[in-house]
Amino acid sequence: MTRYLLRRLGSLLVLLVVMTAVVYGIFYAIPADPAVLVCGKGCDGGQLASIHHKLGLDQPITTQYWHFLEGLVAGRDYSSGPDVSHCAAPCLGYSFQTDLPVLSLIAQRLPVSLSLTAGALVLWTVTGVALGLVSALRERRLTDRLITVFVLGGLGTPVFVSGLLLLMVFCGWLRWLDFPVYVPLTEDPAGWARNLVLPWLTLTILQSAIFTRLTHTGMLETLSEDHIRTVRAYGLPERRVIGRHALRGALTPLISINAVEFGAVLVNAMLTETLFGLPGIGQLIVQSSNNVDLPVVAGLTLTAGLAVVLANTAADLLYAAVDRRVVLT
Amino acid sequence: MSVVLSVRDLSVEYSTGEGAFRAVDGVSFDLAAGAALGVVGESGSGKSTTALALLGLHRTTGARVTGRILLGGPDGVEVNGLDGEGVRRVRGRRIAMIFQDPMTALDPYYRIGDQIAEVHRAHSGADRRAAWARAVEVLDRVGIPDAARRARARPHEFSGGMRQRALIAMALACEPEVLVADEPTSALDVTVQAQILDLLDELRADTGMALLLVTHDLGVVSRSADEVLVMHRGRVVEQGPVREVLRAPARPYTRALLDAVPRLDAPRHARRDARRDPGEPLLTVTGLTREFRRPGRGLRRETTRAVDAVSLDVRRGETLGVVGESGSGKTTLVRMMVGLLPPTSGRIVFDGETVTGLPEKRLRQVRREMQMVFQDPVSSLNPRRTVGDAIADPLRVRGVPDGEARRTARELMERVGLEPARHDRYPHEFSGGQCQRVGIARALALRPRLLVCDEAVSALDVSTQAQILDLLGDVQEDYGLTIVFVSHDLAVIRQVSDRVAVLRGGALVELAEVEELYAAPAHEYTRSLLAAVPALA
Repeated sequence: MTRYLLRRLGSLLVLLVVMTAVVYGIFYAIPADPAVLVCGKGCDGGQLASIHHKLGLDQPITTQYWHFLEGLVAGRDYSSGPDVSHCAAPCLGYSFQTDLPVLSLIAQRLPVSLSLTAGALVLWTVTGVALGLVSALRERRLTDRLITVFVLGGLGTPVFVSGLLLLMVFCGWLRWLDFPVYVPLTEDPAGWARNLVLPWLTLTILQSAIFTRLTHTGMLETLSEDHIRTVRAYGLPERRVIGRHALRGALTPLISINAVEFGAVLVNAMLTETLFGLPGIGQLIVQSSNNVDLPVVAGLTLTAGLAVVLANTAADLLYAAVDRRVVLT
Repeated sequence: MSVVLSVRDLSVEYSTGEGAFRAVDGVSFDLAAGAALGVVGESGSGKSTTALALLGLHRTTGARVTGRILLGGPDGVEVNGLDGEGVRRVRGRRIAMIFQDPMTALDPYYRIGDQIAEVHRAHSGADRRAAWARAVEVLDRVGIPDAARRARARPHEFSGGMRQRALIAMALACEPEVLVADEPTSALDVTVQAQILDLLDELRADTGMALLLVTHDLGVVSRSADEVLVMHRGRVVEQGPVREVLRAPARPYTRALLDAVPRLDAPRHARRDARRDPGEPLLTVTGLTREFRRPGRGLRRETTRAVDAVSLDVRRGETLGVVGESGSGKTTLVRMMVGLLPPTSGRIVFDGETVTGLPEKRLRQVRREMQMVFQDPVSSLNPRRTVGDAIADPLRVRGVPDGEARRTARELMERVGLEPARHDRYPHEFSGGQCQRVGIARALALRPRLLVCDEAVSALDVSTQAQILDLLGDVQEDYGLTIVFVSHDLAVIRQVSDRVAVLRGGALVELAEVEELYAAPAHEYTRSLLAAVPALA
C-alpha cells in the first residue's frame, strides 16, 4: 500500500514535468507572439521589446521553463517597475493577458467545473446503472430495445448538439428554466442546482450510455456465474440474488471505467461549459489558448494532469476496498 | 429406512434449432434417509441435468421438466409442481446442493460466514447474531480450524478443499434431508478428495442426511455410495447396489465404462511391458529451479519456489510420468524443459547440447524437437483457424511451402484417427477427444523427438481418455518419440509410464521404475498419495 502510493506519487511528478515541458515546447514552436496580443494595435518596436522583457519572453525558452519549475517549488519574485512582488510556492506565475496570478484564476474557476462534473457524475452513474440493470433483466424485450436505442443515440450525439437541443426545448419552447447562469453552491443551493440541471443532463446523456452498456453486460455476465447459481440453489429470494450478489459483481468494474473515462469527461465538460457559458476551467482553457497565455496554459495543464492522476488513484484505492482480492503494489 | 426422495419418470427437454432434445429421459429412483446414491456417466449423459432438476434449477432456462420429484416421503412436496416461491422455500432447507468447482461457487465479495448466515436467515428468519453463530457452528462442524475467526475470511483466502468444506457447511446450515453433490471432488487433489468424501460419509451417518453423489469417477462412487445409477445419453442403463454393479455389470455399456477406467490394481498393457531397454538420456536437467515473485506487504517481496532444484533425465524412447498434486510444480517443470519458461537457475541438456542460455535463434531450432500437448483440447486451439491450418501452422512458421504443409496436415489427421476430409472444419465442430487428436497431430507436425503431454487426458471422459492414451502409445512407436507425461492421476500415470517422478512442493520426492514405485513406494508422500486414490469395488 505504502509502496503503491509512493510509486503513484513518483509517476505523478514525472508526468507533470513531462506535460509542462511539452506545453513549453509547443509554445516555443508556434509562431504566435503573446506580446503582440498584449500590446494591442499600433504597438512599436520599443514597446514590444519592453513587454517582452517584462514577461520574461526575451530569455531562452529553457530558462523560462526553469523559472517556472523554480516558482512551483520555491516561489519567485516578479519586478514590475520599481516594486518587487513575491509569489509564494507553489507559484504558477501571472497571466500574460490579465496580470492576475494564475493560481487564483484557476482557484476561482475550479468550483464551477467541480460542480458540473461531480453532479453529472452522480447523475450519469445512477442513470446508467438503473438503465443497464433494467435492460439486463428485460433482456431482448421491448424495454431493453428502447433503452438500447436511447443509449446508442446518446453515445452518438456530441454534447454541443444535445446541449443545444436541451436549451431549445427547456429554455426556448417550454420555458421551464431560464438560460443557465452559474450561482455558487454556498450562496443559493437551490439556484445552483436549477442552473446546473441542463449542463448535467447534457453530460449525462453522453456518459450514462457507457454505463448502461457496461452494467448490462456486467449483469448478464455475473448472472451466469457459478456463485449466482449457488445462491439460487440455496433458496435466496430473487431480489437478494440480484440486488446483493449480482449487482455487486456487475458494478465493481465501473469504478475503474470512471477513472479511465476521466480524461474524456474533462474534454466533454469543457465543451459543455463553453456551450452554457459557465465560467469554469473549460472556458479558461479556450481563452488562454487563443491568447497564447503561456503561464495560464501551463497551470491548467498541471491541474488537469493532477486531476487525472488523483481520479485514477482514488479509483484504485476504492477498487481495492471493494474487492479484497486486489492487492495494490 | 424411510424414503426421503422419490423420483419418477423424470425427463428434461430442451428445444433446440432442430427440435426437442431430451437431456434426461425417464429417470426413476428412490433415496432413503442416510443413504448414498451414486449417479455416474460420461459428459453429456444427463447426470448433472438430473441433479439440477431435483432443485428446480431448470426454471427460467426454457427447459421442460416432466415427471415427479417427491421430497420427504408420502406426505412430502412435489418439487416439480411447486410455484417459484414454493421451490425457493424448498431449496437449501430441504434439499441442498454442492457443486464441482469450489473456486467459483462462492461469492468473491462477501465473507464466508456472511454467505452462510444469509442462507440460514432466508429460511429460518433468525436474527443476524443467531445466524452468524450458526454459520460458525457449521463451519466448525465441517472441520474449518478456528472457525470463529475464519468465518470472517473471504473465499479467496481459502484453499480449494476449504471452500468445498465451506459450501458443505452452507448446505448443513438448514439441516436439509437431501444433499445433492455434483462432482464435489473433481476439481480437488486426491488427498483433499479423500478428506471431503470422509466428511460427507461422516455427516451422513451423524445427521441422517441422504446423499446423491453425481460423478464421472467410478472410484469415488465405489468408495462412497451404497447404490449406483449408470446413465448414458439421458437414460438409466443400469441401477443397483454398488458392489454388484461394479463387480458384475449386467450391461455392456457399464462393462465398457469399467474397462476404460485406468486402475491401480489391474495388469498393465502387454505392449508397454515388452518395451525394449530405454536408451541414453535425451534430456537431462540438473538443479533446475524456478522462482516466481509475488507481491508482498509493504516494501518486502516474497518469492515462491515453484520448482526447487530438480535433477532428472529423460531417456530416449521412454515415457517418463510426472505426477503430483496442484501446486507441486509439474507444469512449471515441463514448461522449462521445452523452453517455454526460462529457469531461475539450473541446467538443461538436450541431446548433448546445453539449452539453457542459448541465444534465441538457436533455441528456436532446438524447440522444434520438443513439442507439447496441452490439457484443455478445445481452448488450446484457435477457434478461428481450421483444424487443418492449426496442424499446418507450425510447418508454415518454419518455412515449409503451403501446399506441402497442407498435405502433411492431412496425413497427420489420418494418422491420429481423424478424417482428412474434415481439414477445413473449425474446432467447435469436433468433440473434446477429437480436438485432442488435433492437438497431438499439431505437436507431431514438426517431427519432434520429445513430446510433453501436460494433463493431456484430464479433461476427457474415461472412454475417450483410453483412446487417446492408445493413440499416444501408437505414435510413440511409429515416430520413436520420447514422452514426458504429466498428470495428477496416479492410475493414468501407471498405465502409460516406464518411469515415474513424484513432485511435491516443487521438489522431486521420488523417481523410480513404474512397477517398483507402485508396488513398493519408497517415500512416505508417495504412499499417502496412493492410499488416497479411491479403489474400484
